[in-house]
Amino acid sequence: MSWLDEPASETQIPHRSRLWLYVLAALVLTFLVVPTLIVVPMSFSGSQYLEFPPRQWSLRWYESYFASSSWMQATVTSFKAGALTSLVATPLGTMAAYGIFLSRSRWTVLLYVILITPIIVPVILVGIAVFYAYVRLSLVNTLIGIVLAHSMLAIPIVMLIVTSALKSFDMNQELVARSLGANRLKAFLSVTLPQIRFAVITSAILAFLTSFDEVIVAMFVSGGENSTLTRNMFTALRDQIDPTIASISTIMIVVSSLLLAVSQFFGRSRKD
Amino acid sequence: MAVSSSDVLIGQGRPNAAGLRRDQLFERWTLLALTAPALLLVLITMIIPVGWLFWLSFLADDGSLSLEHYRRMIEQPSYGRTFLITFEVSLLTTAICIMLGYPLAYVLSQLPRRIANLCMIAVLLPFWTSLLVRTYAWLVLLQRQGLINAWGINLGLWDEPLALVHNLNGTLIGMVHIMLPFLILPVYGNMRALDRDLLKAAANLGASPTRAFWLVFFPLTLPGLLAGTLIVFILCLGFYVTPAVLGGGKVIMVSNRIANDIELFFNWGAASALGVVLLILTLLFIALAARLVRLDRMLGGGPG
Amino acid sequence: MVRGASLPITIRKLTKSYGEVHALDNVDLDIESGEFLTLLGPSGSGKTTLLMVLAGFTRPDYGSVCFGDREVIRLAPHKRDVGMVFQSYALFPHMDVRANIAFPLKLRGLPRREIADRVDAALEMVQLGGYGERRIDQLSGGQRQRVALARAIVFEPRIVLMDEPLSALDKQLREAMQIELRQLHEKLGTTTIYVTHDQREALTMSDRIAVINQGKVVQLDTPRRVYDRPTSRFVAEFIGESTFLEVECVEGTCRLAGQPLKVEDTPPSSGRLLLMLRPERLQILDSQSDSADNVFEGRVTTVVYQGDTFLLQVVLDNGARLTVRGIASSRSMARAPQAGDPVRLGLGAEDAVLLPDQPRT
Repeated sequence: MSWLDEPASETQIPHRSRLWLYVLAALVLTFLVVPTLIVVPMSFSGSQYLEFPPRQWSLRWYESYFASSSWMQATVTSFKAGALTSLVATPLGTMAAYGIFLSRSRWTVLLYVILITPIIVPVILVGIAVFYAYVRLSLVNTLIGIVLAHSMLAIPIVMLIVTSALKSFDMNQELVARSLGANRLKAFLSVTLPQIRFAVITSAILAFLTSFDEVIVAMFVSGGENSTLTRNMFTALRDQIDPTIASISTIMIVVSSLLLAVSQFFGRSRKD
Repeated sequence: MAVSSSDVLIGQGRPNAAGLRRDQLFERWTLLALTAPALLLVLITMIIPVGWLFWLSFLADDGSLSLEHYRRMIEQPSYGRTFLITFEVSLLTTAICIMLGYPLAYVLSQLPRRIANLCMIAVLLPFWTSLLVRTYAWLVLLQRQGLINAWGINLGLWDEPLALVHNLNGTLIGMVHIMLPFLILPVYGNMRALDRDLLKAAANLGASPTRAFWLVFFPLTLPGLLAGTLIVFILCLGFYVTPAVLGGGKVIMVSNRIANDIELFFNWGAASALGVVLLILTLLFIALAARLVRLDRMLGGGPG
Repeated sequence: MVRGASLPITIRKLTKSYGEVHALDNVDLDIESGEFLTLLGPSGSGKTTLLMVLAGFTRPDYGSVCFGDREVIRLAPHKRDVGMVFQSYALFPHMDVRANIAFPLKLRGLPRREIADRVDAALEMVQLGGYGERRIDQLSGGQRQRVALARAIVFEPRIVLMDEPLSALDKQLREAMQIELRQLHEKLGTTTIYVTHDQREALTMSDRIAVINQGKVVQLDTPRRVYDRPTSRFVAEFIGESTFLEVECVEGTCRLAGQPLKVEDTPPSSGRLLLMLRPERLQILDSQSDSADNVFEGRVTTVVYQGDTFLLQVVLDNGARLTVRGIASSRSMARAPQAGDPVRLGLGAEDAVLLPDQPRT
């Protein structure tokens, strides 16, 4: 235990005097991680009340999930919406980020602000506004409607990430490429894009998750055949605690963690 | 020597001026055109609908221009209660986040980078996990037959199951859990970027570790803390999911009220008026944040 | 490599302003085919702006730029066919050395075999034969610079532009590269425009130097003439060291503090002028026997030994302060005056340069 008397920082305070700090930090860290993860083992619990540790291990809540056609349809809808959102928001956001970054016009600040507003305006407001507009455009309960709304929500995230990557990219390389004979588009595709690809991939993943996890707008705008997974979960939560949600949550946690790992992997190999 | 067409123009004082200006404009508009698709999408799906809603809030039920929705907001005490609860929850959540998040950020910033990065995954994991899933996890944990109560009773900490959810307590716990990463990240970033030599200088000049912390370290982390606090507070103001699920109908924040007005009462006028007020509040706090953060940077992070 | 004829460049009335500031102010410049011209000036003088206009990356407000017969001022950068080397090299890190150099050739649609041959030849020419498979982050600064150079010349451009390519290298490497670049130029004979703020570099490498200040070309001359015969105080101060003494000239005869001054060239005008003195052109005269066209008398205040040379700080009888530089051989050190000694300094008529009286810049 001699390390307790070692100095812990530049001010030479020994570890012993701030043990309470380490305990508090550990507790907070636990608080952050455990609740998210504990759903996983609980979803295998045989009882209605989801115990931990489960007295009986069972797959019944997974069975009820896969057996239910409404849950399955919602899952498909969510994946479709997520993929389409990513496909729409990523190029749109990347192009906008690139255009704004290179442009030296006085309109750029205004444009940037407008494109950021989806994350500034409270989501509930966006939800009812979009619903209001979609009622008039007959877009309620359609896949296109959801994708358009979710893409709008994802664009600021794509823009922020890509802009940050462009800032740390040496634009002289594009200039050199152009001096060597490439036009602007070719210079972007062969020099710039390969070097910001990790940012683009990360923002594509985040765009997917933005749509996949989104509740509020989906609540208003998706429904019927095109109801998303999160919408159904939310409705189910408000009525009664259906334990099937535990298995769905586990699957969602796995999906999120996998995607987080993928993006970290890509991001890391660039920086190292 | 070489005779080019521009020689003809050279005598006119500004050769190629018009052509160059055309090229400049063309380039500028081509670049801005890249933002057009995104702009169109945001305009059509958000700016215009929200503007529409704005307009709605000034229409009475019979279609005439009126301020009755706003008047009702001021007159009826239930609206005041809604705002009160919203501010109460937001302030409490923010305060708890600061008390829990700052120490954690501090410990993380003292760890060697490898280990800190590993721990940051623990902080980021909630970020990447669905909001709904996390809120559901708390629902399961905090319910009467849930984990927390089961352990509490088993360990003899209390006899009867505590009402930890479907009330303010549960809402707070859930919201703190969601908001903590938003506080920790900017504070951590600020702390990491701090010049360690400053603390050595403080110690060398005679400050005890505690005084060095309060006089040197803490003031320099205020920009990050301020940023995190404002982000958390602003997010709390507009929050919907967690109070809806964990509040059990007893915690009705502004966003919940708006949703109820639409879903239960189809009262677009009231809902849009509330939405406008929420938006204005949000923008005010963002403007405040921008002012404070810039001011802080100007003052170099504190007096003295 | 088979050389095509390289091109002359004609610049007329080139102007670029950023608000109130003239980055380029009605610049007229004629650059000869095959010459190595350096644009020399302090930061912000406009030299890099001029280079960027030639490359097509900065659009001027108005003006004309011709490569040979062809007006190029509105031509897109990728059509100008100029080779360019940036200060930061701007090598593509996601490609290896070979792919970097092959990039312009691929864009021009050359067959694979020919691309490979040309890349090899370029690598040989910059003495990096065998480095083709290396990744950029495995190269040293000097090696990266050579790859950037190889990439800029492999497609045989008729004009090459270089923006302070050596400023990131350490002193010894820089001086070695200066000589190499000069030799490469002599081999290829391409019109080269070189930007630098280092006057020694300019003097070493150039056929001609264009001294640039505040968006204008203040002097265009060979290195020798720029150094020996600056036409303004700015050029005299920017290149080499100098001291200035006030001189009165009336109808071709000049007097310094009453004494007549022997000058080789005709004075540029009448009235008050400045006499430029270079420290190494002043001779230290032995007692009374030595004589020179112009003699100054004074007293030594300090002697500074600098290894290869020594400096004398001298106060003249008329109060002016001068610096004198001499080669520090054992004999010259033995004979050099000490601090406090009187001294007689000589200046040849050919070294007496008169400049218009301008304030310090």
